[in-house]
Amino acid sequence: MTDATAAGVRAMVGRNFEVYKKTWKVNALPPLAEPFLYLIAMGYGLGALIEEVQGIPYIRFIAPAIVAITMMQTAFMETTYSSYVRMYFQKTWDAVMATPLTPTDILWGEVLWAAFRATINAALMSLVVAAFGLLSYPTAFLIPVLAFAIGMMFAGIGLYVSSRVRVIDQFSYAFFLFITPQFLFSGTFFPLEQLPDAARAVAVALPLTHAVQLVRGAALGDWPDIAPWSVVYVAVAAYVVPALAVRTMRRRIVH
Amino acid sequence: MTAVQARGLTKRFGGLTAVDGIDLDIPEGVCYGLLGPNGAGKTTTIRMIQAVSPPSDGRLTVLGLDAATDGRTLRGRVGVVPQEDNLDPDFTVRDNLRIYARFYNVPGDQADARADELLTFLNLEEKRDARIDELSGGMKRRLVVARSLMNDPKMLILDEPTTGLDPQARHALWDTIRRLRRQGKTILLTTHYMDEAEMLCDELVVIDRGRILEHGDPRGLIAKHCGSEALEFVTDEDTQKMDAIVAALDGVPHERLPDRVVAYGSGLEGLQHRIRDAHDVDESVLRRATLEDVFLRLTGRALRD
Ligand SMILES: Nc1ncnc2c1ncn2[C@@H]1O[C@H](COP(=O)(O)OP(=O)(O)OP(=O)(O)O)[C@@H](O)[C@H]1O
Ligand SMILES: [Mg+2]
Repeated sequence: MTDATAAGVRAMVGRNFEVYKKTWKVNALPPLAEPFLYLIAMGYGLGALIEEVQGIPYIRFIAPAIVAITMMQTAFMETTYSSYVRMYFQKTWDAVMATPLTPTDILWGEVLWAAFRATINAALMSLVVAAFGLLSYPTAFLIPVLAFAIGMMFAGIGLYVSSRVRVIDQFSYAFFLFITPQFLFSGTFFPLEQLPDAARAVAVALPLTHAVQLVRGAALGDWPDIAPWSVVYVAVAAYVVPALAVRTMRRRIVH
Repeated sequence: MTAVQARGLTKRFGGLTAVDGIDLDIPEGVCYGLLGPNGAGKTTTIRMIQAVSPPSDGRLTVLGLDAATDGRTLRGRVGVVPQEDNLDPDFTVRDNLRIYARFYNVPGDQADARADELLTFLNLEEKRDARIDELSGGMKRRLVVARSLMNDPKMLILDEPTTGLDPQARHALWDTIRRLRRQGKTILLTTHYMDEAEMLCDELVVIDRGRILEHGDPRGLIAKHCGSEALEFVTDEDTQKMDAIVAALDGVPHERLPDRVVAYGSGLEGLQHRIRDAHDVDESVLRRATLEDVFLRLTGRALRD
């Protein structure tokens, strides 16, 4: 964070938050509506056939996964499409670079905003999940904290992808090759143990796997054996990945 | 004090040298013009002066601050109207100013007051709640000028502020620029309109291919390169007639174009009568020499880019 300042990063986060607030009703709707769809379709519909997974009702198994997936998607969407639009089409970053803020301020601001937005969405979604009676307390109160760290990790990956992309359509590859497989295979809708050994080894390397393990642990109040490793994975990635992404993106925008 | 001092300022993009070791001394409180054809390196120079683009080589001091090490402070004291409008489409007119103030750490109530003051100054009060895509080109330009003044800068950098504006909007912006200069701000201006530069600039440089060709005040440059008058003889693209006119000029500095010959000097009226009477000339015009004549003589007539 060589030349970032707290005031600068805060100003950039503030700018994005102002935009969010202007249309907050539209922005808050999806994270409130989506869990209904998932919990009804998969929890009750599919759950009626599956009954129990790892000793818990299927709906309890997938509810935390849906929240973890939202953290991933919100943060990744923000630093891919949204940041790219601000950078490339709206020239928002160019305008801000003429002010005392440095490119590093701007980029950390984008990452923190994305993590912040992931936290908002995960918290809203958790309210619905709680209304279904699917959360254990007090561990469930850790979900926003996890959301922020997990958001940082995926925001960093998204910003890195943005620093490499030449046309906006290339993001669809990132979603198809990175987001969708994680959505399906990270211990989200069925346990990792169901995967063949080789596939499981790959799954364990994926960031969403660790996000799901931790969010599920917090939601159920019952931590899996892998939890300490997942904490280390997320904690390290939450700083290292954005730091790397900020550096590569900085090289792209300073010329 | 000097507002900008550059020594050997250079910018390379890969194999291309966009700015090639230029020296600049811009005094405080003047309106200074940076002129040059497309691709000359004006915007690149400006981006280095505003401490957004790091120079490849050379030393650069702006308002007494080293651009390489004091960028943050420097940007806080300079206002910029970039060549391309980059207003924030996510916000209304007034919010564009209010949000921008945050980046300068201007407290909220002060920012509100300043935004309203500048909207009045630039005749935009009626549009305060409009969206950016509802504004005309001239209004957008004025809003960018307002935004560049939110931090009450000591120096204002305007990169082609009047390109694409109608005459009314240009004149209004000229008035604004003159008022800001009277307030004591240093103004650095680029433009492709030579009448504008001649009228507004106390001093200017002409650059081409990243190098300085000439600098001075507009009147001095005109006197030096063209004298006081330009005399144009128009023909119907007939080479023989043109040859005859050129011969009759007998060494007076001139330029030859497809359908006309332009001679430069002072007291050319006698020459005009002599040539008009003795040769087949469709039209002859004796006019004041302008900065545009100087510019074309210095940079040639070949198209750039
Ligand atoms: N980021 C960049 N990467 C590579 N080349 C660049 C970059 N920015 C500018 N150039 C090149 O540097 C040269 C100078 O460009 P610059 O924009 O400074 O010209 P200019 O004098 O402002 O021209 P115009 O009047 O058209 O605005 C041009 O050849 C341009 O293509
Ligand atoms: Mg330019």
